[in-house]
Amino acid sequence: MTEVQNAANEMQAAVEMRAAVEMRGIVKRFPGVLANDQVDFDLRVGEIHALLGENGAGKSTLMSALAGLYKPEAGSITVFGKAASFNSPRDAIAHGIGMIHQHFTLIPSQTVTENILLGLDEPRFFMRLSDYDKRMAELGERFGLKIAPQTKVWQLSVGEQQRVEILKMLYRGVRVLIMDEPTAVLAPQEIEGLIKTLRAMASEGKSIVFISHKLNEVMHVADRVTVLRQGKVTAAGLPTAETSIPELAKLMVGRSVIFSLDKKPQQPGEVMLELKDVCADNDKGLPALKNISLTVRAGEVIGVAGVAGNGQRELAEVITGLRHCTSGQVLVNGEDVANQSALAAIRKGVSHVPEDRTHVGSAPNLSITDNVIMKSYRQSPLASGWSLNYVAARKKAETLKDEYSILAPSVDTQARLLSGGNLQRAILARELSAKPKLLIAMQPTRGLDVGAIEGVQRLLLAQREAGAAILLSSEELEELFALSDRILVMYEGEIVGDLVEHDLVQIGLMMTGGKKNEERKEKREE
Amino acid sequence: MATTTAPTKSSGLPFTIKIEPRLEVPGWLSPAVSLGAIVVALLLGAVVLIAVGGDPVASYLHIAEAAFGDIGVFSDTLVMATPLIFVGLACSLAFRMKLWNIGAEGQFYMGALGASAVVLSGLVGEETPKPLVLGLMLIAGVIGGALWGFIPGWLKAKLNVNEIITTLMLNYIAIALANYFVFGVWSEGGFQMSRTFPKSAWLPRLLDYAKEVPLFRGLTTHFGLVLAVVAAVIVWYILYRSRWGYEIRLIGDNPRAAEYAGINIVRNSVLVLMTSGALAGLAGMSEIAGVVHRLQTSISPGYGFTGIIIAWLAKLNPIAVILVSVLFGGLILAGREIQPSGVPRLIQGIILFMLIASDVLMRYRIRIERR
Amino acid sequence: MDPIIILQAGVASGTVLLFATLGEIFSERAGVLNLGVEGMMLMGAMAAFSATVSTGNPWLGLLMAMMLAGVLALLHGIVTIHFQADQVVSGLALTFLGTGLSLVFGEGLSKAGTTAALPKFSIPVLSAIPVAGDIFFNDQSILVYLGYLFVPAAWFFINRTRPGLHLRAVGENPTAADAMGLNVYRLRYAYVIFGGMLCGLAGGTISLAVSPGWFSELTTSGQGWIAVGLVIFAQWDPWRAAFGSYAFGALRRAILDIQGPQVLFGFPNPFFFNPYYGFFMQMLPYAFTIVVLILGSRGALRRRLGAPAALGVPYVRGERGH
Repeated sequence: MTEVQNAANEMQAAVEMRAAVEMRGIVKRFPGVLANDQVDFDLRVGEIHALLGENGAGKSTLMSALAGLYKPEAGSITVFGKAASFNSPRDAIAHGIGMIHQHFTLIPSQTVTENILLGLDEPRFFMRLSDYDKRMAELGERFGLKIAPQTKVWQLSVGEQQRVEILKMLYRGVRVLIMDEPTAVLAPQEIEGLIKTLRAMASEGKSIVFISHKLNEVMHVADRVTVLRQGKVTAAGLPTAETSIPELAKLMVGRSVIFSLDKKPQQPGEVMLELKDVCADNDKGLPALKNISLTVRAGEVIGVAGVAGNGQRELAEVITGLRHCTSGQVLVNGEDVANQSALAAIRKGVSHVPEDRTHVGSAPNLSITDNVIMKSYRQSPLASGWSLNYVAARKKAETLKDEYSILAPSVDTQARLLSGGNLQRAILARELSAKPKLLIAMQPTRGLDVGAIEGVQRLLLAQREAGAAILLSSEELEELFALSDRILVMYEGEIVGDLVEHDLVQIGLMMTGGKKNEERKEKREE
Repeated sequence: MATTTAPTKSSGLPFTIKIEPRLEVPGWLSPAVSLGAIVVALLLGAVVLIAVGGDPVASYLHIAEAAFGDIGVFSDTLVMATPLIFVGLACSLAFRMKLWNIGAEGQFYMGALGASAVVLSGLVGEETPKPLVLGLMLIAGVIGGALWGFIPGWLKAKLNVNEIITTLMLNYIAIALANYFVFGVWSEGGFQMSRTFPKSAWLPRLLDYAKEVPLFRGLTTHFGLVLAVVAAVIVWYILYRSRWGYEIRLIGDNPRAAEYAGINIVRNSVLVLMTSGALAGLAGMSEIAGVVHRLQTSISPGYGFTGIIIAWLAKLNPIAVILVSVLFGGLILAGREIQPSGVPRLIQGIILFMLIASDVLMRYRIRIERR
Repeated sequence: MDPIIILQAGVASGTVLLFATLGEIFSERAGVLNLGVEGMMLMGAMAAFSATVSTGNPWLGLLMAMMLAGVLALLHGIVTIHFQADQVVSGLALTFLGTGLSLVFGEGLSKAGTTAALPKFSIPVLSAIPVAGDIFFNDQSILVYLGYLFVPAAWFFINRTRPGLHLRAVGENPTAADAMGLNVYRLRYAYVIFGGMLCGLAGGTISLAVSPGWFSELTTSGQGWIAVGLVIFAQWDPWRAAFGSYAFGALRRAILDIQGPQVLFGFPNPFFFNPYYGFFMQMLPYAFTIVVLILGSRGALRRRLGAPAALGVPYVRGERGH
């Protein structure tokens, strides 16, 4: 062997050692969609590598292939220099690759330790949990993940549950950790904690893939970023130090501005909704809303910004009669509807697009017709006396189907067979066709593809022009900026900000509790 | 929701067999599947019959003849079918809202008890005009059944107590209660039955008009059948043409969506179970006033449980319930003569099993693709 | 109306409920609701008695009971786990099936008279304990003693062993269990069948130990359903199941005894003078089950425990919850 060849071999060995994972030419199809189209992906040892893309770009699919959930139709995967083909997640974990999904795989009624041990071959039969408890606590200490091993998982906060998921993987000795949208469910302080943990793990030689669609997070956390758009790679392994948010946005979406909506400036009308010092508890009995006061006028969109879980859902439920409020007034068009039934709210002309379109917003096995008349079946022309005029109902459904471009074989199709976008269109058709005076829209574009998102946003603006008062809650700040006249920021059940300017920094600070912390710091210094 | 491909089954054959979720359900599939289930059940029943030394072909032919052979036996079949229609309706209505009313048997007894009480307590007499007596008995039957439906309904709605077990327990309680009255209060001459009701408490039967229409001689089909059919039409109207029916179906499919739509689930739970109970109670009244004409033990050979199968077989459709009830009426009638006595129950069980197993064909389909 | 005798008989007949309740607990902990307990018990009772009559060996009888009941449970499993049919209706169908089968094959069995019985004995040292000794350890069937051992064993298995952890996982969050490498389908099958076998054992306990013989449907007279209710009362815990089962057994005996004497607690016994009041006594176990259910449901709400989270929900592989 010549010297050149030796040098080449050495260099290759060096490169190979630094590569934890290499994916080449990955192709994965689902019925009707090409999720991964010849995707290449590299992960180096000890780095935090972000996988960026919109909803449906193929990020989760790609990583699920790596984690052993699917077998790609084509392409190769090399892990720590060896070719790998995984038949199951267990297989992948045995090779050192673990994935933490958006929906945790924990058993709520069992303890932390039991959850970590789940599925392992040890202990053989009898579980002396106290030994394991100690081991888990030590593992947690090592990586800065404080957890009390004997607590039952349902008692933990979401951030703590995520820590358990991470510990599960660490206990199994994974060297590559894939996290799917990990900050979607976290409160702001928890996000910082997670980032610290990830950095600690990376410095210990673990390699981390961080799937996200949030640009600023990616810039903040990752060493390098790969961008996917509609199944293809638009940027591979780009060091974050060498790029910027606008550039990433362009790579992610393909156009420099997302799209332009025609929001005409208009003068808001009467006050349609007013909350005065409303307090309410969440399902666990803890305070979810603390002295909320706000007003929404006809013809304006009030956006509600905030990380999920800070009271937005409870706010919507209190207004629409689905939740009890412990004090305060909820005035719709001047009348107090607090603690009255959902029916009362509907009668007052309040429309509600719920967060959960499958479990709350629709009846999966009933037809589109049945779903679309859910709010209007009590009045004529659909109702007369005790009967329900199904002929008229079907006609109405067909009209709405055309008007809102709901793609389905017919109005008799069952709702569960509709795609996310079409189901949302059906729900919007139902809620908007009632010409509501007040519309509560919770995450109306979550999980939809770009085309559907644009459609929904245009519909909302049309309602605004028609004079409806709209309360819009969304996790996408860009969306709030595009649609809202004013933006309220919710944090831990309180409204901590009320602004008109599109001040990303300010809002971000409020969303992450920064403003409150500043105030607390000031108080302490007094 | 988009389809997910389930694992492909590969054989060494020149084509692959894929099992995937069905996107649309063709209209003919449902009755075809039900029919297929019954055929398979009958075959399995034949196997069991052979195993215990019976002759399935002879037995089945005998059933057909004994149930539908001539107008006389057909009339008897209709008499058997009458309470079945009521109970089938009761179960269909409740199941639509995913309320599992297993207590139709007990509600039947309570209806019978109520109707009997009107007569046996001396409230009415020989001279009281028939329409009044029958009307009161009807109301009492409805009240008895509705009460027995109210209890589990309220417990479920307010305290989230499992209605399967409460309705079932109430069955045993109702039977014991009826027995108390039969043995201890209204017993006639120490026998296990009350005195025979006065003619004013008898539902009119076809044979009452034998003088005008000689064809009706000996036919025991009674007015209860008319009531049952009317009830079926009413239930059909409720489910498919009324607002309440829409609410019931919505709650049955997704209670959270129903809540979101402003529907009161507590009130509906109670109302539906009361109505269901009332229908079963009517079955009891109809049997008492139309067939037995007295209160006695064993007025029901398990109608309440047969009602469940009828409802399922009829796919919870009230009009189909009528047809299925006639079928089952014939089966039970003719089956009485089949030894061993557990065979009808066994066949019912197999039919139900086959039905629910075959439901899978409605949700998935098999696609054969050439490689 | 001797309390010792009532409790002693209560433990004996309560053992029937105990096995059935424990069997259903295992099945439900794995997430599968099996309402066919009554059918499986009848099948077990018939099979046990019939096999014992034919072979003269009561152990063989018990074995047959457990196997046949297990087969019935397997049917339920196939329909609910593989075909993902509604678990409630399938269980009801199973009840009809088991009842029908037992009646058909048990035809003529009631004339068979008595057969070989299972050993009954007292445990030497323990039966000398005042009161408790007489109740629990004096002249009880071997199946009763088996029951005593089974309760702590079941508790230990479910809560302190690795396979027990997997059992609980499969019933609480099958998606998570699947993701962690457990074979949800296989585990559910195993526990449904095991639960069925215990119900068969319960049936055999009736026809071979507690009320020897075969009396068609009167053999169980609804105890299978009471067991289902007891599972809820027991909050899916073996110890509470034992308490409930024995209490119910004692209740059933008390109901019989209360109707006998002429004088009851110093007053003329109304049941003696009007035997028809006995019907109200007959209602008691069933009414009590309702009360027990109410208590169990409210307790569950309060303590936020309640049923295994995935109970009654068929598990579909590959369904990503979104």
